[in-house]
Amino acid sequence: MTPEDSRYAKSHEYVHVEGDIGTIGITDYAQKELGDVVFVELPQVGTEIEQGDEMGSIESVKAVSELFAPVSGEVVEVNEALADKPELVNTDPYGDGWMIKVKMSAAADEIEELMTADDYEDYIRAESGR
Amino acid sequence: MLAVIGVDSIDRLFESIPKDVQLDTPLDIPGPWSEIEARRYFRGLAAKNKTAADHVSFLGGGAYAHSQPACVDQLLLRAEFLTSYTPYQPEVSQGTLQSIFEYQTHQCLLTGLDVANASLYDGSTALCEAVLLAERVVKNRTKVIIAKSVHPHYTETVRTYVQNLGLEIVEVGWTSDGRVDLEALRKACTGGVFAVAVQSPNFLGVLEDYDAVAEVANTIGAVKIAVVAEATSFGIVTPPGEHGFDVCVGEGQAWGIPPSFGGPYVGFMVVRDALKRHMPGRLVGETVDVDGRRAYVLTLATREQHIRRGKATSNICTNEALIALAANIYLSLMGKEGLREVAMHCLQKAAYLRDRLQTISTVTIAFRGPVYNEFVYRTPFPAREILLDLEHQKILGGLPLGEFYPGHDNEILVAVTELHSREQLDQYAKALSAAVARGRR
Amino acid sequence: MTITEQEPATAAVPRGASREGLIFEHSRPGRRGYRLPPLDVREQKDLLPRGLMREAIADEVEVSEVDVIRHFTRLSKLNVSIDAGLYPLGSCTMKHNPRLNEEMARTPGFALSHPLQPDHQVQGDLELIWTLEQTLKAIFGMPRVTLQPVAGAHGELTGILMIHKALSRTGNPRKYILIPDSAHGTNPASAAFAGYEIRELKSNSRGTVDLEALEQAVDKDVAALMLTVPNTLGVFESDIRKMAEILHGQGAYLYCDGANLNAFVGIARPGDMGIDVMHSNLHKTFSTPHGGGGPGAGPVGVSERLVPFLPAPTVERRTDGSFYLEFHRPDSIGRMRAFNGNFGVLLRALTYIRSMGPDGLRRIAQIAVLNANYIRARLKGTYHLPYEAPSLHEVVFSDRNQTAHDVHTLDIAKRLMDYGFHPPTIYFPLIVSGALMIEPTESEPKEELDAFCEAMLAIARECAERPELVRSAPHTTPVRRLDEARAARQPVLRWRR
Repeated sequence: MTPEDSRYAKSHEYVHVEGDIGTIGITDYAQKELGDVVFVELPQVGTEIEQGDEMGSIESVKAVSELFAPVSGEVVEVNEALADKPELVNTDPYGDGWMIKVKMSAAADEIEELMTADDYEDYIRAESGR
Repeated sequence: MLAVIGVDSIDRLFESIPKDVQLDTPLDIPGPWSEIEARRYFRGLAAKNKTAADHVSFLGGGAYAHSQPACVDQLLLRAEFLTSYTPYQPEVSQGTLQSIFEYQTHQCLLTGLDVANASLYDGSTALCEAVLLAERVVKNRTKVIIAKSVHPHYTETVRTYVQNLGLEIVEVGWTSDGRVDLEALRKACTGGVFAVAVQSPNFLGVLEDYDAVAEVANTIGAVKIAVVAEATSFGIVTPPGEHGFDVCVGEGQAWGIPPSFGGPYVGFMVVRDALKRHMPGRLVGETVDVDGRRAYVLTLATREQHIRRGKATSNICTNEALIALAANIYLSLMGKEGLREVAMHCLQKAAYLRDRLQTISTVTIAFRGPVYNEFVYRTPFPAREILLDLEHQKILGGLPLGEFYPGHDNEILVAVTELHSREQLDQYAKALSAAVARGRR
Repeated sequence: MTITEQEPATAAVPRGASREGLIFEHSRPGRRGYRLPPLDVREQKDLLPRGLMREAIADEVEVSEVDVIRHFTRLSKLNVSIDAGLYPLGSCTMKHNPRLNEEMARTPGFALSHPLQPDHQVQGDLELIWTLEQTLKAIFGMPRVTLQPVAGAHGELTGILMIHKALSRTGNPRKYILIPDSAHGTNPASAAFAGYEIRELKSNSRGTVDLEALEQAVDKDVAALMLTVPNTLGVFESDIRKMAEILHGQGAYLYCDGANLNAFVGIARPGDMGIDVMHSNLHKTFSTPHGGGGPGAGPVGVSERLVPFLPAPTVERRTDGSFYLEFHRPDSIGRMRAFNGNFGVLLRALTYIRSMGPDGLRRIAQIAVLNANYIRARLKGTYHLPYEAPSLHEVVFSDRNQTAHDVHTLDIAKRLMDYGFHPPTIYFPLIVSGALMIEPTESEPKEELDAFCEAMLAIARECAERPELVRSAPHTTPVRRLDEARAARQPVLRWRR
């Protein structure tokens, strides 16, 4: 089930907002499509990211995907656990598989541009129907 | 078969090719030839060459004549090695995969670095890949320093590869001992430099001071690339990994691969562990199958072109797998003692020849630095003339250095290996002495 | 870290092929595999400075010749190979490797020639390279061919660099290379290496390039289109002459990826189709052995206007019949590699082409296409054919009919191994979901094709009746399905003591 309390990008990243901090990761649909995750490349703490920009990549055995920032801001924390256990992205994408926390700079405008959980579920239904 | 397909002739199957483009006459080329005719032709061609087959050869310059153990070819010609494909399906390719894993291990042991790949095309393109890797790793810098004493063909190839990528090659020359000019290197190491590449032994045959070069490169955080064109030198010279280098690339031809007019050869690349995800080429890793059996598989494939496509670490697909297998078998046969012994023979025999040549009046050794199995000597006469004279005495005496570096027309680069007997070395000295005497008249 | 400690093979343990340890595990102190003559010059000390002198490498192997022969012989038995049977890998052209090629390559006068010898000493080598160029010129229908590139991807880079330089001469190298979404991964990788950005061209419902889409896509920022002919579905781009016109009309070039030349060698010539530059793979169409992944050669043919940009040196012939290396080529893109290309591979290819002769070459394409169409006809009722367009030398199916039973292309491929076949190419081209690309080549007799088809049909039945058997395949190979995720997450890339 897609968590109600987050917002979703077309490129399958989610952002969960608490105050001005956004926790970002990839969705359950995305981890299923990728397969067993073997490596995640994330930006360093202190990096400024812009909504829509490439901010890293995620590799499975057979594929690699770019990660795109769903919101703009400064990276304040990175999930170090993924370095040793990238499979957390598969087993718990919305929980222990989180990737970065960002101090958002334009939350008010940008969050509205992202999809709600319902919209996202419609979106992936349409995508996988192809 | 045509009936099953549902057409009345093979021509119908080619209808998708426009009629006006299809040939109505056969190609104008010779053949078909039987084996007998083919042998006649190719042996006739080969007979037009003058090679180490019928002369004593002292040629080096990035391609060396070493012994090829009899086992190598016998094993190489096994159908399962010769005619198999890239091991994409590991369940039916464990022979190839395990062999590559072993070869990767040999390369790590020899170079003192952590991760090796299955092979690259050759030493020159391996250097290109190293330069591109360094540029990826150290972002936002555009200059690479390549010592002038790196094989000139290698540097030329790098120039070709980077011509549209906005990168600049800065060359640093050598001092009278034949080693890279450290002062000039220091000056060249500015903030915009992402890598420093030196070759050891270098094209002049001289061994570089790895520590000194590494120290200079470290002042600007550049990637340190060591190039090795004479792979048997690993047997007796401490490897770049023990001197702080990050990447070692080079040419494996010296591991018993015939010179074959320049190819096929086998390039190698070995890197520090931290760089492994930036490696080009195939990597074989160890894992288990569903029954818990140890097994080998191509891994970290997401770097490669068939997955990453436009963002791949390289465009390489077909590499030099069979030549790598030959090198692998050679390294296994030679082993711990053999690798050192071959290198010791090369070192000692080259020293012997160097001493003999120095006793010939007017012949001088061009560079004072330590050498492995190649060195440059100078006579009062153009190298081409001396070499022609030696050729008439059935000796391929070396390479004219002036062909690679303008202004060195009287210098000759000579290579010695374990194949040379003392008699042949004495013969060289005698022949050179006669050539020089003739030159004086 | 090693994942498992392999027990030494003892009499008590059944010696299956998969229990062959690493050569390092066979090592025993004091064993030697090779003997040198005694050193016949006086051994001098201190030839190398202390910091550069190395002792014997501690962890290197110590094995005898017997150990080495046994080890590699046992390893070889774990491989399948084209010598043992059909290898239906699409786009790889796994044809028979004639042994005469191997014998000729080992002629001492060739094997021992050194790449830096002066021209007058290597007239045989130079004549061979020149002769192969003339032969490929005739086959391609193009005025010049470079033999420097050592692989298809290397040839692609060569060709795109030439286009870049030619366009730079007009003042503008341009920015983009158009590449169909069905292309092999080396195409965009090579274009990126040459400094271009890629614009993907979507294939139409026939699986080919849509002319209108091409016309819209080609503007003054486009340097070239990279086209595989026939494409990776095995379908010929019948509109190729029109495509060339569209490109040339905008001052752009048509690059042809010639990996699939086996489909029309001797039947038609790329040069007659408006192609400006094309690489070919000698280790595909021209029978040089794959060797587990190389060596290869990727000669590149060019049209007249690209000739000045060829890699240097080229091999030329004087009026007196002697040959030389021409270095003075001021507009050349430079050298693509040290020395002269994979000479040993060139030699093998020329041996093959002469053995075939002009009628033989034509026959290759005819039988290759016949064989592929036979397989297509036998399997198309059972396996889903995503594109109706006629196939030439290879045919692409998908797993759509089998996914209904929750069996996928990967499982079918693994199950084929139990029937004794190497699987076809899978999951390529990307435009077909669950692609199975089958290229039998002309080497296969009808009996082998029938055996392959019977196996595929049997597997299709198994998908319906015993899907679990297929999903857990292979069952009879030396090792079964591997944990590839583990290999990528905790990479162990070498042995350690």
